[in-house]
Amino acid sequence: MKIIKKLCAVALLLAMPAVAIASGAAVHLETAPVNLQDTASLQRGAKLFTSRCLACHSAVSMRYNRLGDIGMTEEQIKVDLQLPEDVKVGSTMLATMDANSAKLAFGVTPPDLSVISRSRSADWLYSYLRGFHVDSTRPSGWNNTVFPGVAMPHVMADLQGEQQLDSHEGHGAGKLVLKTPGSLTPVAYDAAVADLTNYLVFMGEPAKMVRYQLGWIVLGFLSLMFLLVYALKKEIWKDIH
Amino acid sequence: MMNLLTKLVGWIDERFPLVSMWKEHVSEYYAPKNFNFWYFFGSLAMLLLVIQIVSGIFLTMNYKPDALFAFTSVEYIMRDVQWGWLLRYIHSTGASMFFVVIYLHMFRGMMYGSYRKPRELLWIIGMIIYLALMGEAFMGYLLPWGQMSFWGAQVIVNLFSSVPFIGQDLAILIRGDFVVSDITLNRFFALHVVAIPLILVLIVIAHLVALHEVGSNNPDGIEIKKHKDANGKPLDGIPFHPYYTVKDGVGVMGFLIVFCAIVFFAPDMGGYFLEYNNFVPANPMKTPEHIAPVWYFTPYYAILRAVPPLFGSQFPGVVAMGIATVAFFFLPWLDRGKVKSIRYRGPLYKAFLASFVVSFIGLGWLGLMPSTPTYTVFSQILAVVYFAFFLLMPWYTKIDKCKPEPDRVTFK
Repeated sequence: MKIIKKLCAVALLLAMPAVAIASGAAVHLETAPVNLQDTASLQRGAKLFTSRCLACHSAVSMRYNRLGDIGMTEEQIKVDLQLPEDVKVGSTMLATMDANSAKLAFGVTPPDLSVISRSRSADWLYSYLRGFHVDSTRPSGWNNTVFPGVAMPHVMADLQGEQQLDSHEGHGAGKLVLKTPGSLTPVAYDAAVADLTNYLVFMGEPAKMVRYQLGWIVLGFLSLMFLLVYALKKEIWKDIH
Repeated sequence: MMNLLTKLVGWIDERFPLVSMWKEHVSEYYAPKNFNFWYFFGSLAMLLLVIQIVSGIFLTMNYKPDALFAFTSVEYIMRDVQWGWLLRYIHSTGASMFFVVIYLHMFRGMMYGSYRKPRELLWIIGMIIYLALMGEAFMGYLLPWGQMSFWGAQVIVNLFSSVPFIGQDLAILIRGDFVVSDITLNRFFALHVVAIPLILVLIVIAHLVALHEVGSNNPDGIEIKKHKDANGKPLDGIPFHPYYTVKDGVGVMGFLIVFCAIVFFAPDMGGYFLEYNNFVPANPMKTPEHIAPVWYFTPYYAILRAVPPLFGSQFPGVVAMGIATVAFFFLPWLDRGKVKSIRYRGPLYKAFLASFVVSFIGLGWLGLMPSTPTYTVFSQILAVVYFAFFLLMPWYTKIDKCKPEPDRVTFK
């Protein structure tokens, strides 16, 4: 009981310095070029996601065959995403590594990514995936400007290359400098990260585009109904003076 | 065909007061003809009650009240259930819009003195609905089992533990456990889908019965029953049907346009209707940096935080929060004004009501923000303004220079 009381007291107290931190050293986030109508980008993002993220992270609410929404056939899902024999297209996306081994390896369980774009923003994800830099003080050898002290290593280092945090600028976050180039040019890497972010946004709410399309029809119908009911009201109220 | 229908109605009417009830409450219920924009919100609140119950029934069919599955079952509804995303967004938007509508409905009552004699009980029943609605919303908010669901509930239930002597036991009684847990989730689910909706429907009926007994107030704050024609019907009254059924229909359509715009284009409302942190599953081991209740509770939450602890106990703040909520109950007896409506009130009442609105909105905003020393001072000032509206009401309404009320309602 005391622990709970303390926990809540701490929670309330923590809120205070947290603002100071949040307002003092707010990380600058780049704007993610999200476009949910760009199915080619979403498909490239899906491939990156299944090959790079699903090793450790899961997306337990996302079914592979939902990728049909971004124009992938069942055949493409099986072949392009290299689904193992025992995984059906109707299955949800589970991590290759089991949660316990992952916790042993990284110290934390890698979070499920089904709705990561809704808790973190697209801009956060886009900046985070571009913010890894070499840091020998970290167990994984990597650190991140957007998420300092993150347990996750840079899983796309072969694509991006190795960045270093140039702290010659004085105090504060410093500037990221590419020391060892990867297999992609910086522009191509940013585009790949944009695809992945785009995909994560789609996965956060697969029905979003349907929602927008339907929204206009519903609003159109309601506007007509409004006019109709308004005309009826005028007619009926005519005799009230 | 018509003949058959008449026969059927006749058959029913011999056994059930169908026609007389229809007449009493709809076709021959006389409402003042001068209702303005502010009078839409009563019928809209009823509409929202129906929307919430219907969408809630379908959500219940697919939701799992289990700490292990609750979070994923919501995502299951969002993805795998046919139209599940629509049901969920209707329900979550409905919760926030219910409070928007109820606050405007209450404000209407305050502007036009609708709580004054003979409508004191009508007002009190309405306030009980408001309290029940707060309980309903609070318990419903735990069900998605996200971080804000969990920690919001943790903080609020802990408020009860600050009650002297019985507090600890009271908190355990509410949670059914030493922390918010699976047990809490199950009982909140039961209360949210069965107990409180039942109570709500019953007191809404009582609210309507009381309304139809005393008749509606109107923007002029005068009684239409003072002037009746030879048949005993109020001269300034018009039958609810068809006049107000069709007028409320216009209000309903206008409201649905706003409602659907939110449901389809901005269901999270920038993090105010659906908090971003609530897309992270509840984790009892990890306290979020900043815990804020949903926007409709924040005015009271700001008052809670504005009151400094006494001997390390938050109890004074909890008491202040409680008083702030129930203060509305006493309005019928605090108000000594000679007139009811703001149209004929003097400058004092207008100034106090305006400052009350500012304090309510200001406190609502402050309650969303993390508390800082500056914000705490703001909250304290606004809390004083909030309470001054109620405490000084007997004085300023009495000495206020009122204008004379008209004899008949104003209708252009």
